[in-house]
Parts: sequence; C-alpha cells; structure tokens
Amino acid sequence: MSKRFLSIWFDHLKTDWFSIREPRLKSMPFVLRIPSHGKMIISASNILAEKNGITTGMAVADARAILPGLEVQDDKPELEEKLIRRIAEWSIRFSPFVSMDLPDGIMIDATGCSHLWGGDSPYMHDILQKINSRGYSAGIAMADTAGAAWGLARFSGRPYVAEKGLHAHAILDLPPDALRIENEIIERLYKLGLRRIRDFIAIPRTSLRRRFGDPFIKRINQVLGTEEEFFEPVVPIEPFEERLPCLEPILTRTGVEIGLRRTLEQLCHKLSQEQKGLRNACFKAYRADGQVSELNISTSRASHHVDHLYRLFEDKLSAFKVEPGIELFTLTSSVVEELPPLQEKIWESSGGLNDIRLAELIDRLSAHKGLFSIQRFLPAEHHLPEKSIRPAVSLTEEASTTWRKDLLRPLQLLSPPEQIEVTAPIPDYPPMMFRYKGKIHKIKKADGPERIEQEWWIARGRHRDYYQVEDEEGKRYWLFRSGHYNETRSHKWFLHGFFA
Amino acid sequence: MDPSKADIIARLNQDILPLQGYKPSRQGAPQVLGLGAIENAFPNKVFPLAAIHEFCCKDQEDETATGGFISGLLASLLLHGGTAVWISQSPIVFPPAMTYFGLSPEKFIFISMQKEKDIQWAMEEALKCGGLSAVIGEIKDLSFTASRRFQLAVENSNVTGFIIRRDPRPLNSTASVTRWKISSLPSESADDLPGIGFPRWQVDLLKVRNGRPGSWKLEWIKGKFRLIRNVNTTIHQPQKKTG
Repeated sequence: MSKRFLSIWFDHLKTDWFSIREPRLKSMPFVLRIPSHGKMIISASNILAEKNGITTGMAVADARAILPGLEVQDDKPELEEKLIRRIAEWSIRFSPFVSMDLPDGIMIDATGCSHLWGGDSPYMHDILQKINSRGYSAGIAMADTAGAAWGLARFSGRPYVAEKGLHAHAILDLPPDALRIENEIIERLYKLGLRRIRDFIAIPRTSLRRRFGDPFIKRINQVLGTEEEFFEPVVPIEPFEERLPCLEPILTRTGVEIGLRRTLEQLCHKLSQEQKGLRNACFKAYRADGQVSELNISTSRASHHVDHLYRLFEDKLSAFKVEPGIELFTLTSSVVEELPPLQEKIWESSGGLNDIRLAELIDRLSAHKGLFSIQRFLPAEHHLPEKSIRPAVSLTEEASTTWRKDLLRPLQLLSPPEQIEVTAPIPDYPPMMFRYKGKIHKIKKADGPERIEQEWWIARGRHRDYYQVEDEEGKRYWLFRSGHYNETRSHKWFLHGFFA
Repeated sequence: MDPSKADIIARLNQDILPLQGYKPSRQGAPQVLGLGAIENAFPNKVFPLAAIHEFCCKDQEDETATGGFISGLLASLLLHGGTAVWISQSPIVFPPAMTYFGLSPEKFIFISMQKEKDIQWAMEEALKCGGLSAVIGEIKDLSFTASRRFQLAVENSNVTGFIIRRDPRPLNSTASVTRWKISSLPSESADDLPGIGFPRWQVDLLKVRNGRPGSWKLEWIKGKFRLIRNVNTTIHQPQKKTG
C-alpha cells in the first residue's frame, strides 16, 4: 500500500504565538529580535512587517528606519521546538504517527487515515481549519512522499493535495528550494539557470551527482519515492494516572475505599513494573453534581507500596465529600522517582535511617493534621548554641561537620532564653543566687565563664558569658550574662538551659 | 518448701513473664544496659526491652534529669545503629548535649505535635513501627487504656518505649512495666576540685512488675553509669572563683 504524507508548515510560528498571547499585535507590524555579534537582528516577523519589506536577518535599527512604528519584542530561545512539539502532540488526533519537522513544521504520516474524514481533501482542510482557528497560519500539502509534501506545503502557495501517484508531476513547477537542499547548491542551480525542478529532474543522475554531490541525489530520490525516508514519531509522555468509572453513582464510604484501593493497586503495579515509586498522589472523585472531591498525599521517599499509600489516604477519607454520588475516580501522580527493587531480607533488623518502615511512619505522621514539626538535626559550624544545629533536609542527609564533644551543653535548651534576676559579684564571678519563676536558687557550685561572641560579620548584639551552676538541691542550670558590666548600660542575666 | 515445689513455682514464674509482656531478648543473649546492681531489680535480672517504661517528673529540672538517665540507657540500646523518635509538644531537647551520653544526635527524629491527643496517637504509631529502636514520648495524662495500647503495640514491634510524664495528677495505675522517678543530686568532684562534678541522680524505681522496687544513687561518669554505694554527707565549701 502506498504511503501518504501530510506536511504542515507554520510560516509565522513565533509571531503567531506572540499574537495569540497579545491580540493587539495582530494589527501592527511586529518583529522579534535576538542579539547577534553585538547588534540586535530580527529573528521573526509577522505578515504586516513583511509587507513593508522587513525580513528575517535584518538589523532592528534598519527595520526601524523603514518603519518607525515597528513593534519589537525579545525572542524566546527554544520556543520553536517547544511549540512544534506541543503541536505535534496535539496532532496525534489526526494520525498516530506524527513527527516534528524542525524548525517550523510537522510531518504527519497520513497513510490510511484520510478515509475517516471522507477523503484527502476534507481531511486536510479539517486540519488546516483547526490550526487556523487556533491563530496559526500554515501551509499544508499532502503527497505520496514526505519530500514532495514538504515542498508543496511551502512553495505551492495554497493547500495542495497531490493525487496518488502524481506527486512527481506536482513538484515539477516548484523551485529547487523545495527539495530540502543546502543553500549553496540552490544558489549554484540558480546560477546555472535551473529555476524549476522540471529543468533538471530529467538530467542523468551521474552528471548531477558529479556536479552537486550525493546528498542532492538522495533528496531527489526521496522526493520521487525511490528512496525510503524515516521519521521519529512524537511519543507523548504518558501520565501516571488510573481511572475507574462507576456504573452507578457511589454513595458509601466502602465504595470509595474500594475505588481507592483498586486505582492504587493498578497504579502501583504499573509503577513497580517500571521500577518507579511515587512521591505524591492526587485522588479525585467526580461527583454527579459536577463538583470534584480531591485528596492529596505526599511521601518522604518514593514508594509503590499499596498498603502504605492506602493508609495515607485512609487518614483523610473522613473529610471526603461523597454526596450526591461519585461517577468517576481518578488517581494521578505528578512526581515519580526511580525506585530500584530492594533485596528482601531474611531477618528483620532495625535498619537505621534507611529503613522503609521509618519512612512510612514519617509519611503517616506528616499526613496528620495535628503535626507541628518533624525534625532531625545536624551540626552546624556556629558557636551560639541556638545556631549550632540545623534541621536536616532529608532522612538520609549526612552531617557535613562533626558534633563538638569538648564543650558541655545542656540537655534542654530554652528558646528564647528566659530573663532571670541574679545576685552576682562583679566583674566576672558566677552568680551567688538567682530567681527563676519566683523560686530562689542558691548556687553552690559553678563553672565558667565560657564566652561566646556574637557573629559580628552577620549579626549584631552583645557577647554572652555562660556559667554552669548547681544549686543546693543539685539541680544544674546554664546561665549567661549578656555583655560586659558597665555603669552606663544595663546588663541582663538569662537562663538558657538545664543540665541533666 | 519442697525442692520440687520450688522448681514448679520457678517454672510457673517463667511461664507467667511472657504473658505479662516480658519478652526474652531478640538475640537470645540478655542485653545489659550498664545499670549494674539496679538490673537485679528486674525479672530475670535483665532490663526489660520491648516494654513501656514510665518516668514521673515534678518539674522541668526533673525532666532534664530523666532525659539524661534515658539518654544513658539509649547509649547502649542504640549502640548497633538504631534510630529513635522523640515526641513532644514543643522541641526542647538540645541535640548536641546527647553526644555527652555517647549518642549520635542525628539518629534522633524529633516530632512535635500540637495536642496531647496527637502525641498519644503519634506515640502509638511510632511504637508500632518495627524500624525503630526506641520511642520517647512526653505525655502528661496517661490513661490505663492508652498505656495498655502502647504495651500491645510494643509486644509486636519490639520497640522500647519511654514515657516522660510531667507532674502527673493523679498518679493512676498504668500497664507500664516500670515506673521511675529520677531527680538531680548535688554532684561531687574528686579531691575538692572547684566546679561541678559529673551528673548525679537519685533513681527511684517506684514500681516494677515482678521485680523489686528500690532506690539508688547513680552517677554518669566516663560514658557509663556508676552506682554510688554510700553517699558522703556533702560539706559545702565556700564558693571559689573558677574558670
């Protein structure tokens, strides 16, 4: 069966995209610019600008001289590829085999597709009309070979359907540019007076090859269909999603639980086949009144463990609105990570921080609404006690420095330190007694002072002189005086912690 | 008593212990937590792991002393790379101080919950998690039912639970295996050196199932518990300038 190809050429792809976003640009000459060799040059222009003689590659300053009212905006790099990919993915509705034809077109393998639209012409016009209604102008053509369709889309000047077997005739009047060959060869052909394909298509291949090289012959063969051409189809990324439609609207919690479990099992099966695990999941129920109930969970490490994920959802199910009946369940995961299978252990042990059971516990706790914080601390290189620890980012993060063991620190630290009243001999003796929460503590033993300066390069404030003290009952405290003794400025004493 | 009868009673005692929540140690060999003579107070002369221990504290100072004692116990419990969870209402424990008790602070996960009820829920979830070695929870009111749930959870998971109860009122009966009271004692430094000596605690074992309650004085010295036999009456020296 002979093949059919449909080529679409977006002649003003980028400017069309800008005009869709900013409709006022449609009615004015408009160009995009990129910096090149120290000056701004035009990278794309719309139809109105082109009518005034402004072309791609012209310096912006020159274009402004021609047309003072020219609208200029910055080009976005890699915009073309993104747009073409998006359009190609969208076009999969017309044929399962669509490929990107960079920089400004797509190629659709329409073999066996057009009869669904009632023929080649209605098929092509339907596509063209859909593209135009989205705001893009396009050249379009259909032929037996990709090369012929490519050339016809760009150079025939109208939507063109080359009948089966007639593609070689259709291209005869096109310029050599329609052959997808290098500019250098095109220029040489023009110099030789070969302005139409019909001028040189009949010349023996051996003499053509001698003058223009192999790639030129290859292109001609591709256009004529004597040489096969291959394309890489666009494969859209399939989202990790499961759907479960219900015959009757679901009204009971049991029904929701079944729906949840079934979609979870399917999704987790798919994930485990691909050695992946999900980091978040969204369970949606489409209700009969047109509203959507939604539950979201996230995990601290990738997981495809059905029971664990189910439990995370289960904690939240009580707030799930079911009335007036659920018609469709969907379960989607937008963040998925690699999860290589682990070797199963014969015996169980406390695996430390890498234990999956620990990660699952953390997930369950963090899903709970009464949670204030879950923290794990690592040492930080600061002397001030409250700055000497930092929360770890993940369960498995390693400490970058070691814990300091040479300084004695209290087991409980008040944050912020509480001000106390103190009787202390000056200048740097430990206090003799202090009052905390109305109770007077007489100090029997003391160690200190240990001076900790503020980090003057990032923070302001006074230094602290820390004392470890023990009162008559044997209770041990950590006190500090803020700043020096000074007649003019008041100094304050604080209780900062309790020793074991 | 007839020797055969004594044997029978001893055997029956051994049968009763597992029913009451005591489990033989996982590895088979009893794990010694370095409590010295105190361990004689427990059934089988082994500190009961995979059980719930309850600590009563009067004030914050007691709570810190209790924290120190528990840290000392955890030092041997976490020796082979276990993880522990510390659940409380507000995070007040200062991790760097744990290095003094031979612990790696990064092996602790600190969880704070808003309400008492949430702490109990989190505690139960954590006790069910076999991947942990110990769970420490700061709970004020512990009902008998809650303590029973905790006990059932640890029987399956082999986690050791420590409950720190601040100012419990009333001191109701619970299903915990032990009930302790730890308070600070004045430290003593050798040879009348000025300054503060090693941390010293009054350890009261108020209640222990199938054991003998008792009262001891302990000191944490060079990374170990040391039992103090006869405490000298402390003579308060006039304060000296130090540091």
